[in-house]
Amino acid sequence: MERDDQSPSDSTPPSDLQNAVIRFAGNSQDGIQTIGGFLAKLAGRSAREVMTYMTIPSTISGGPSIFQVHLGSGEVLSPGDEADFLVAFYQHSYDNHIGSLRDGGVCIYDTDNVEPVANERGLQHVGIPITSTTVEALGGSTRERGKNLFVLGLVTNLFKLDREKVVALIDRQFGRKGEDVIRNAMLAFDAGYGYSLGSDVLYQSWALRDGLSVDTDRMTTDGNTALMYGLIAGGVRYGSGYPITPWSSIMEGLRSELPKYGGLFVQAEDELGAVSMALGFAYAGHLSITGSSGPGLSLKMEALSYAVMAELPLIVVNVQRGGPSTGLPTSVEQSDLMQAIYGSHGDAPRIVLAPKNVEDCFYIAIEACQLARKYSCPVLILSDSALATRIEAFKEPDLDACLIEPTLDQEPRGEEFKPYPVDAPTRHAPPGTKMLGGKYPVVTGLEHDEWGHPSASPEMHAKMNAKRREKIKAVAADLPLPEVFGEESGDVLLVGWGSTWGPIREATKRAKDKGLSVSSIHIRHLNPLPNGFEEIFAKFKHVLVVEMNDEGLYGFGQLATLLRARYCDSKIQSICKTDGLNFRIREILEGITKHTS
Amino acid sequence: MATAAEAPQKLTKKELSADHPTWCPGCGDFAVLASFFKVLEKLQIPHEQIVTIAGIGCSSRFPYFVNGHGVHFIHGRALPLATGVSLGRPDLHVFAFGGDGDGYSIGGNHLDHAARKNVNLTYVVMDNFVYGLTKKQTSPTSPQGFKSKTDPTGAIDRPINPMKKLVSNGATFVARSHATQVKHMMEMFERAILHPGFSVVEILSECVIFYPGAFDAGNPRKGGEFDVIDEKKWDNTPEDEARHDVTSDDDAFAIASLDFPGKFGVFYEVDHPTKNQLEQKWIDSSREKVKNAPAKDLLRERFAAMK
Repeated sequence: MERDDQSPSDSTPPSDLQNAVIRFAGNSQDGIQTIGGFLAKLAGRSAREVMTYMTIPSTISGGPSIFQVHLGSGEVLSPGDEADFLVAFYQHSYDNHIGSLRDGGVCIYDTDNVEPVANERGLQHVGIPITSTTVEALGGSTRERGKNLFVLGLVTNLFKLDREKVVALIDRQFGRKGEDVIRNAMLAFDAGYGYSLGSDVLYQSWALRDGLSVDTDRMTTDGNTALMYGLIAGGVRYGSGYPITPWSSIMEGLRSELPKYGGLFVQAEDELGAVSMALGFAYAGHLSITGSSGPGLSLKMEALSYAVMAELPLIVVNVQRGGPSTGLPTSVEQSDLMQAIYGSHGDAPRIVLAPKNVEDCFYIAIEACQLARKYSCPVLILSDSALATRIEAFKEPDLDACLIEPTLDQEPRGEEFKPYPVDAPTRHAPPGTKMLGGKYPVVTGLEHDEWGHPSASPEMHAKMNAKRREKIKAVAADLPLPEVFGEESGDVLLVGWGSTWGPIREATKRAKDKGLSVSSIHIRHLNPLPNGFEEIFAKFKHVLVVEMNDEGLYGFGQLATLLRARYCDSKIQSICKTDGLNFRIREILEGITKHTS
Repeated sequence: MATAAEAPQKLTKKELSADHPTWCPGCGDFAVLASFFKVLEKLQIPHEQIVTIAGIGCSSRFPYFVNGHGVHFIHGRALPLATGVSLGRPDLHVFAFGGDGDGYSIGGNHLDHAARKNVNLTYVVMDNFVYGLTKKQTSPTSPQGFKSKTDPTGAIDRPINPMKKLVSNGATFVARSHATQVKHMMEMFERAILHPGFSVVEILSECVIFYPGAFDAGNPRKGGEFDVIDEKKWDNTPEDEARHDVTSDDDAFAIASLDFPGKFGVFYEVDHPTKNQLEQKWIDSSREKVKNAPAKDLLRERFAAMK
């Protein structure tokens, strides 16, 4: 919670909040995600920055759950290390999350369920009978519904949020569900909004400022949704998948959405069937997608190796979660990088990309589509469970600039056509294509000659391996080096990939504020890497790779291992962790201290 | 280059043949290939619309021997790939080929689901009761007691019954033939191809190297009997009572329960909407609901809802 300290004096009340981290802790069936979703959308509509963070239990129904919203009028880069406000619905919520509140923070708790504990951290407790007031407002219903809307009303009032905009959002969310539903929702909301906190000083002082940005065309959504629409914008119309957390919502979205675009997404019998079916669509001439999370990707690896060999375009999404094995289905981890790059048998080079935030999920999907088409190979997108469910606000994409309409290539091939030319890019001839020379191609997973005939010739294997390798290397030549955030030279360069972009950027800022010489870069293209990192690394004393995976047997995380292999530079070191949680700013700063002192 | 004025060339075995098969001399699969060519000659499917797809195994080399668009895929997964091709391209004629190991063992799950989905394609299984390409291991159809490299004292596990499996999983056309009976095979292929939905023809196709004589009991030239199913003619005659009703699950199971070599012909044939039709119906109604709006408008609408 930062305050603007413009001419503070005893007579002026504390001025507006610039940003606030609010954590809602309850059970998943209380609908606390709904409150968070509303606040995030509202932030988008108020030109505020927002980032959310949630945990959901991997049980079928119920269980403790949190939703944290970081709202700000400036740049918001992380869900927040510590909360400024905690709303605790139950005793277990209170007990487990009071520690996440910063010193001097405010805890709003349900007096019907929570017994607060005395503390010496200057915490302020505000007790409100959330359950009974909601029940009363809804006319004595014994079902504990509507508490989330009560709290939303409370928070709307507390932070002086735009009531009209909130009500419009409620209307849109519940409007379709009928009169009764919307009436009850508004009853609960108004009870919270009108709830008198008495003369509590806090009450007057928490107006959250609107952002300064003039962007009005901002939208608010989570990473999986952004990725899904990016795929559609990139021209994907066909795909197949199998349910697994946290990938499933992309699959469900595509299943419902693609028919509207004249396409089709099929739920397959298993992961092997899903990747095979997606390859069937690809072979048939459509840009297609499959996806999963770690365990599912393990099962798809044989077919991905095939896609490399057969040179078929395919988009493969991995929404990473904690591993190994079934691991931590709802926790975040970046431990599938090596699997994405090397996970199949044989030398099977392919393209691997990772989005840095929710907005980037949209654009990286489009880029994946372009690359898959151009290079006729699989392209993996490594998202993670933090990005999947995190909500952010960003500028509406300009579809005039980025939309790609799918086309089906059925242009007859002449006599000179070879399915696998050694010295030219492969251009897949989908079935239905007339072969004017009379000879039809077989797409194959066996090593082959230029015409697709099986060939075990040592010379041909070397040539074809080189072909598949060189085309991936050619991608690198087209890639821009990421920009250095901060000074172009100094003591420490933080290197990150994937969803850690925000925390690393914020850590960089904070380190600079403390007078440290710290810069950072973020790598979106992981395989191939853009060329020229050695020139950037050369200007720093320490290159610290920040990633959410294990330091491994030799002390280096997965990207650090790759960078060390490529640049043979011993100053490349790791800041790793695997607690299943996002990086806190503090942890990154501690990592810097550890490596530089 | 062909010009539009030219009459389309008649498709014959000459155009359809590709590499000479790598199968061992005497392999039953040669006859399967020859029968397939003959049926294509008869049906005159446009050349570029023929797609042959296979996984791994001796018989799965099939696509290399057909001059048509083809896929030699990975072990056991020919059917889901073929499903993608069929659903993605209604204009194509999709054929999947494979053996008992590929289809009933490593790909067993896919067979169940392609059948229940009633995907519009034709699947030909060249069943030889043994793994040939890897040189004589027990297959899911090897009879108990069959001595292989993985069952040196004779196969221990009971074999599966492919016909029962197919009927119970919802395949809408299930037939069985013998690689030595070319005319019968052709008839089964033709009916399978013309059947809308998931059609399967199981062919006993002898591996002369690792399981010679396996199917002699169904081959009159080797002293066996090729017992063809007598299908109901629906002619209200008393004789018709005893004939086989291809629309009856019970009849199909009864015939599938006969001792080896059993009967040959169409076990089961029913009409059921294909997945292709049902998905297309959904696509059409979805397009209609959005008034055939272009992608850009649809996306803009979604974005507006996220504001």
